[in-house]
Amino acid sequence: MRRIALTVNGIRREAEVEPRLLLVYFLRESLGLTGTNVGCDTSSCGACTVMMDGKSVKSCTVLAVQADGAEVTTIEGLATDGQLHPLQEAFRKNHGLQCGFCTPGMIMAGLGLIESGASMEDEDVRLGLEGNLCRCTGYQNIVKAIQEAAGEMRQPAPAAQPAAVQGGSE
Amino acid sequence: MTQVAEPEAKRWVGGGILRKEDPELITGQGRFVDDIALPGMLWLAFVRSPVASATIASIDTSAAKELPGVQAVLTGQELADDWALPLPCAWPIGNRTNFEDPDDPRTPDHWPVVKDRVRYMGEIVAVVVADSREHAADAIEAVDVDYDELPVVTDMMEALEEGSPVLHDDLGSNEAYTWGFTNGDVDRVFAEAPVVVKERYYNQRLIPNAIEPRGVVVQPIPAQGEFTIWSATQIPHILKVLLALTLDINEAKIRVVAPDVGGGFGSKLNVYAEEAICLAVAKRLGQPVKWTEERSENYLATIHGRDVIQDMEVAATEEGKTLGFRVKLYADFGAYMQLVTPGIPILGAWLYHGVYDAQAYGFEATGVFTNKVPTDAYRGAGRPEATYAVERIMDTLARRVGKDPAEIREMNFIPPFDEAREVASGLSFDSGNYHATLEKAKQLAGYDEVRREQQANDGRRDGKLLGVGLSTYIEMCGLAPSQTLAALKYGAGGWEAATIRCHPTGKVTVITGTSPHGQGHVTTWSQLAADALGVEPDDVEVLHGDTAVSALGMDSYGSRSASVGGAALYKAAEKIRAKARAIAAHELEVAEEDLEWKDGKFQVTGAPDRAKTIPEVAFTAWTAHALPAEIEPGLEATAVWDPPNFTFPSGAHICVVEVDPETGSTRIDKYVAVDDCGTVINPMIVDGQVMGGIAQGIAEALYEEALYDENGTLLTGNMSTYRVPSAAELPGYVLDRKVTPSTTNPIGVKGIGEAGTIASPPAVLNAVADALRYVGVEFIDKPASAERVWRAIQQAQGQAPPDRAPSGGGTGAASMTPEEEGGVA
Repeated sequence: MRRIALTVNGIRREAEVEPRLLLVYFLRESLGLTGTNVGCDTSSCGACTVMMDGKSVKSCTVLAVQADGAEVTTIEGLATDGQLHPLQEAFRKNHGLQCGFCTPGMIMAGLGLIESGASMEDEDVRLGLEGNLCRCTGYQNIVKAIQEAAGEMRQPAPAAQPAAVQGGSE
Repeated sequence: MTQVAEPEAKRWVGGGILRKEDPELITGQGRFVDDIALPGMLWLAFVRSPVASATIASIDTSAAKELPGVQAVLTGQELADDWALPLPCAWPIGNRTNFEDPDDPRTPDHWPVVKDRVRYMGEIVAVVVADSREHAADAIEAVDVDYDELPVVTDMMEALEEGSPVLHDDLGSNEAYTWGFTNGDVDRVFAEAPVVVKERYYNQRLIPNAIEPRGVVVQPIPAQGEFTIWSATQIPHILKVLLALTLDINEAKIRVVAPDVGGGFGSKLNVYAEEAICLAVAKRLGQPVKWTEERSENYLATIHGRDVIQDMEVAATEEGKTLGFRVKLYADFGAYMQLVTPGIPILGAWLYHGVYDAQAYGFEATGVFTNKVPTDAYRGAGRPEATYAVERIMDTLARRVGKDPAEIREMNFIPPFDEAREVASGLSFDSGNYHATLEKAKQLAGYDEVRREQQANDGRRDGKLLGVGLSTYIEMCGLAPSQTLAALKYGAGGWEAATIRCHPTGKVTVITGTSPHGQGHVTTWSQLAADALGVEPDDVEVLHGDTAVSALGMDSYGSRSASVGGAALYKAAEKIRAKARAIAAHELEVAEEDLEWKDGKFQVTGAPDRAKTIPEVAFTAWTAHALPAEIEPGLEATAVWDPPNFTFPSGAHICVVEVDPETGSTRIDKYVAVDDCGTVINPMIVDGQVMGGIAQGIAEALYEEALYDENGTLLTGNMSTYRVPSAAELPGYVLDRKVTPSTTNPIGVKGIGEAGTIASPPAVLNAVADALRYVGVEFIDKPASAERVWRAIQQAQGQAPPDRAPSGGGTGAASMTPEEEGGVA
């Protein structure tokens, strides 16, 4: 067993963990933060994406011991003072989720992308989300949601780029 | 024509209100099965066969039992007495070539844990029970199984040959059934038609890949013989009935809960071995148990989809007027029949003429056992296969008679109709306007401009090959009239139930028998109820997915939820309004006939200020101080809707592609979808269903294929080898719609859950094939991966590289061009 200390959603946590324990299971089963999901075993789907020291990581590919000393934010830590994060708002407003299982990872990946300063052009957002799979939405509304949230988060930069094609005219 | 009665004002239906489901899901407060942890809970893990065909010589579990935390290790022999019945197949279709022949179901016994013989890689041979996920995982490595390997057959056509290894000895062959029917004099029509075009298509094997893997938690109360089962399932109600039968447990002692479920696409429409085993172990040990599927395990443990070869024919005049459609298909069922495996081809059996007129029709399907994971319902189930064959053969016919694919469709469309009418297969379609949807799609796609660009530039655009493909699809959903299902030997009814409970505080609870897993029923049912009862959507709570809460239900699959479950809700609201009217009349001291339901309340005719709302009546009904005679206190109603017919959503999809002749890779330049799903309750949700469906169909068209080697090893065994496309591979979509309300149900809804997946594969493949004409490629099949396209181009240019091992049934790219096989009869 190894002793680790880290900050998760602003709260300092200390624990004795097995060296083989993955960060995602530490979050889910030791801390009860079940918002972060597990969708695969090959680091392909990104459902487990969290922020670690300001970067989005797949928590199924990080050992809990590697997170020793780190600052981790999960989906549960995103809203502040009862206010949804702009990405959460944008996902709802743009119907960027259906079953919601990939959503926490998708939102955290979007956050990582926005905070990395990446371009919010349609194609760049799509490439930036390559590591996150959604089986429900076809991605278009996810891309729109991230662009819209970026527009808000990067103020006073100009508003979100419109998506390349429109969806759902009546 | 059935009256599409809409007495209530539509304030909410048709509006794109935001989803009520979302707040919990965007904040990590969703509750999926794997999020559940119970005190004293044990973990299950399964020893799965690494070989595809073998008898089990011995299993040594002694070492595993010694490992820390291991509570039990159970083999198939040890669990044999836990089952009252094998795993259920609810649709045992027998051999018959017309409706009069007697049935002869050939459903092999399928036990949750193998007793003596393994028939596919991944089949469960032993169960480990331990105190943690890790201890259970460690222990399965310590179970020593000795397999005596047997010959393997993975190719369905080989499996049908004399001398092939036979999976189920008692059946004598691998043929599960041959079933078919004809309508009209199909042999004569094909014998006399001036033009007959025939092609062979292969709908490759697919892995559904709901992003949430499956999982089961069972909590027993041993002293009462009670069980609560949480499962990542689409069918909590059906699961309750069938687990009760499989384990001979009093059904009234079982509660099944489908909590938040992370996508299904048909893969969670089943009764799985793991569900039965978790229940059996919880019963044996009297402790809560849990199993969470891993993704690689999912690829072996959860049903696959499609795997169907079709010999498709169309008979036509020299001008291209269609006279008859005929198909012979072979469906690879894998090793066993899961819940509705035999029925999947039947769900498409009446649709192999699409939206086209014809005089005669023939369908025949042969189901085949092979040493592979069982196939079953995957988004569209039978209808994508039918649509693929019809829409591709129409393009081939167009080329054969020298017409544009759009023109060949337009000249053969069933004319617009708004009352049910019989079509070539003998079915009765509800309503449709196929010309209008195609016209709209052509305009949005700039179809004529693309054709002109192709002509002007010899099919090139910036060095790429330019192609455009159409798909004017039809599907059949809204499962289903119970009597029709009886005639088709389906083991259950097709009704759906809804309960409305009006609380004295004015709030409303809606209980539905549908079981959503991403479709947004909570939102759309709230909209329906709000309009029907004169309340706000936020005043409506929708409960689902728990058999202790919703007693009656047939669950969610086959795009049935809105058209059947929504209709049930509509009917329940009618009952509420009928009772409320009597109470309101009594209170207002007028006759019931003097009240009209207007603006969401009962108003005295001619005196609209004298009115009662449903919330007001609900309070009166609760206090019961002043009710008319014969009226019971309370305001609650349940309705069960058994649909009189299927519904028939349709539409036109157009795909424009650019194919790189150097690499074979396809880029979708534009994707246009014009869908007719009848009345739209929530346009935002409908668009979401369409986009997700198209994405899944594009995945099928260009990327995904489950591949086995000749030993029955799944080669695409995890998410890094089976290519689920990401945002980077998929295009944006241009959506529009045409609304012809369904005449099947009182809300006019047809269904939209599967339309995109049904429509898009042929649109994409027709586009790729169109592009490849310019380099002499005669035929291309799914998935039109870069490799397959590149090889086809090389071959067409006389530089044939050796093909890789044939995929699936070994017939993937096999085709008969019209020049070879069709032609003038």
